[in-house]
Amino acid sequence: MLYAIICYDSEAVVNSWSKEKDDAVMADHQAVMAKIAARGKLGPVARLMPTTTATTVRPGRQFTVLDGPFAETKEALLGFYLVDCESLEEAVEYAKQLANEGGAMEVRPVMFSNVTLGKTGSDAQ
Amino acid sequence: MTQPDLTWIDTALTGARPQVVGALLRYFRNLDTAEEAFQEACLRALQKWPVNGPPRDPAAWLIMVGRNFALDEARRKTKQQELPDDEVISNLDDVEAPLAERLDNSQYRDDVLRLLFICCHPELPNTQQIALALRIVSGLTVKEIARAFLVSEAAMEQRITRAKRIVTNADVPFEAPGAPERAQRLATVASMIYLVFNEGYSASGGEVHVRVPLCEEAIRLARLLLQLFPAEGEIMGLLALLLLQHARAPARLDANNNIVLLEEQDRSLWDRKMIAEGLALVDKALRQRRVGPYQVQAAIAALHAQAQRPEDTDWKQIDQLYAVLESLTASPVVTLNRAVAVSKVAGPEAALAMIEPLAGRLDGYFHFFGVRGGLLMQLGRNAEAREAFDRAIALANTAAEAAHIRMHLDRLQEDGATATAAPSSTRLATGSPRRTD
Repeated sequence: MLYAIICYDSEAVVNSWSKEKDDAVMADHQAVMAKIAARGKLGPVARLMPTTTATTVRPGRQFTVLDGPFAETKEALLGFYLVDCESLEEAVEYAKQLANEGGAMEVRPVMFSNVTLGKTGSDAQ
Repeated sequence: MTQPDLTWIDTALTGARPQVVGALLRYFRNLDTAEEAFQEACLRALQKWPVNGPPRDPAAWLIMVGRNFALDEARRKTKQQELPDDEVISNLDDVEAPLAERLDNSQYRDDVLRLLFICCHPELPNTQQIALALRIVSGLTVKEIARAFLVSEAAMEQRITRAKRIVTNADVPFEAPGAPERAQRLATVASMIYLVFNEGYSASGGEVHVRVPLCEEAIRLARLLLQLFPAEGEIMGLLALLLLQHARAPARLDANNNIVLLEEQDRSLWDRKMIAEGLALVDKALRQRRVGPYQVQAAIAALHAQAQRPEDTDWKQIDQLYAVLESLTASPVVTLNRAVAVSKVAGPEAALAMIEPLAGRLDGYFHFFGVRGGLLMQLGRNAEAREAFDRAIALANTAAEAAHIRMHLDRLQEDGATATAAPSSTRLATGSPRRTD
């Protein structure tokens, strides 16, 4: 089963990180990524720019284009992983390894993806 | 046993500070009370959070705790003293509302804006506005601010105390502002944040030419403002401008702290992540088609950031953007900057003709003489160039600026000695506050 691990945190906090801190967090994530990738289970990974860069398009009679993220929440969607796991247990295990900086990781099964993982899938990272 | 890493608390407290102090200021209408209540809430967070983990909404937690503390204090005092005016402790009912009270975003928004706005008191000189904002909004210590301004801690303490007294007596309404008032506050605050950045980008005195912490703090404040007002094109432009300028910081000084001009910078040192975010914001802002000075400046910075090599720079478009900027904010400094673009597009003679009329108004401006000297040098008018450079040195704000001009003078000296032709490849110094070095 393909799982999405979705990363949330307060942007006020993340934006207060020094460059060194940010680099250290990214290095931690890289290490976990390398581990999952070594098992051929890692799909696309993305870190998103701050929500201040977001534009939201809502359908209606005419499309409404809004400056800002889809939802104003205290914790913003910062990025996501796609991971191929045997079980929810395994996905939660990875999420724990990724969530060492406060914030929260949401683990959710993927319903559709254009990515196929497995034996041939993700060695390219 | 090793100490557990508690830096996350520090980061959370710093991040929440503007919101919390802003809200407490609304409740108690007194800056000292608000700051004291915030301090107390932080102390309690340091006790509770390591045990209980972070609250779901740290800002709301701190506001509640700070509010209760200040109320207890007020009650304690009233037992010994006469009751304070209702004015002093406003919204008593509101204050006693249960912890679960929803603090909606729009209220936070005006709280933070108000907090920033009171630092922009017109009676305060720019440097004091900056110092006050760094103390009250950013929560930097007096020591940190003193270091950033290269003055003694005692002097800075005095400056901030004096500034605080002025804003405390100022009459800033605590009701939610109307739309025109909000827009006006926003513009004032934006220019203050720009000042914080400029103070860091090109220090106004002393040995240090770039003060990175001030630049980073300005970026943090601009981000905060944009999060609160996500649809404001000019705030997008402001943040984009700061990011694009600051992205070049690692390349702006060499190992000996000498200024490296834009054309000579190692572009591989530029911070690509900051540039990407800056470009994204420029794109987003320009979609609105409501142009403003920050957006135009950001667009200019974006063109520099996008040029792989100096010779790839789209000077023609930069010249056009400066023309737009001139029409939005007629200022001799803008024209001076435009002249640099004009020198690339139409040659030094045209640029010189453009800046000559500015001589009167920019008589005491370092960059005017730097640019003028550079143009004259390109034209082979070395004696006049030397004169301009001498003036520039006399007006230099930092040691690095003076050293940079001295380098030009040395080149002229060499040229004079060997009687070579006019140097055509000499780099130009460009003008602040939108300098491109």
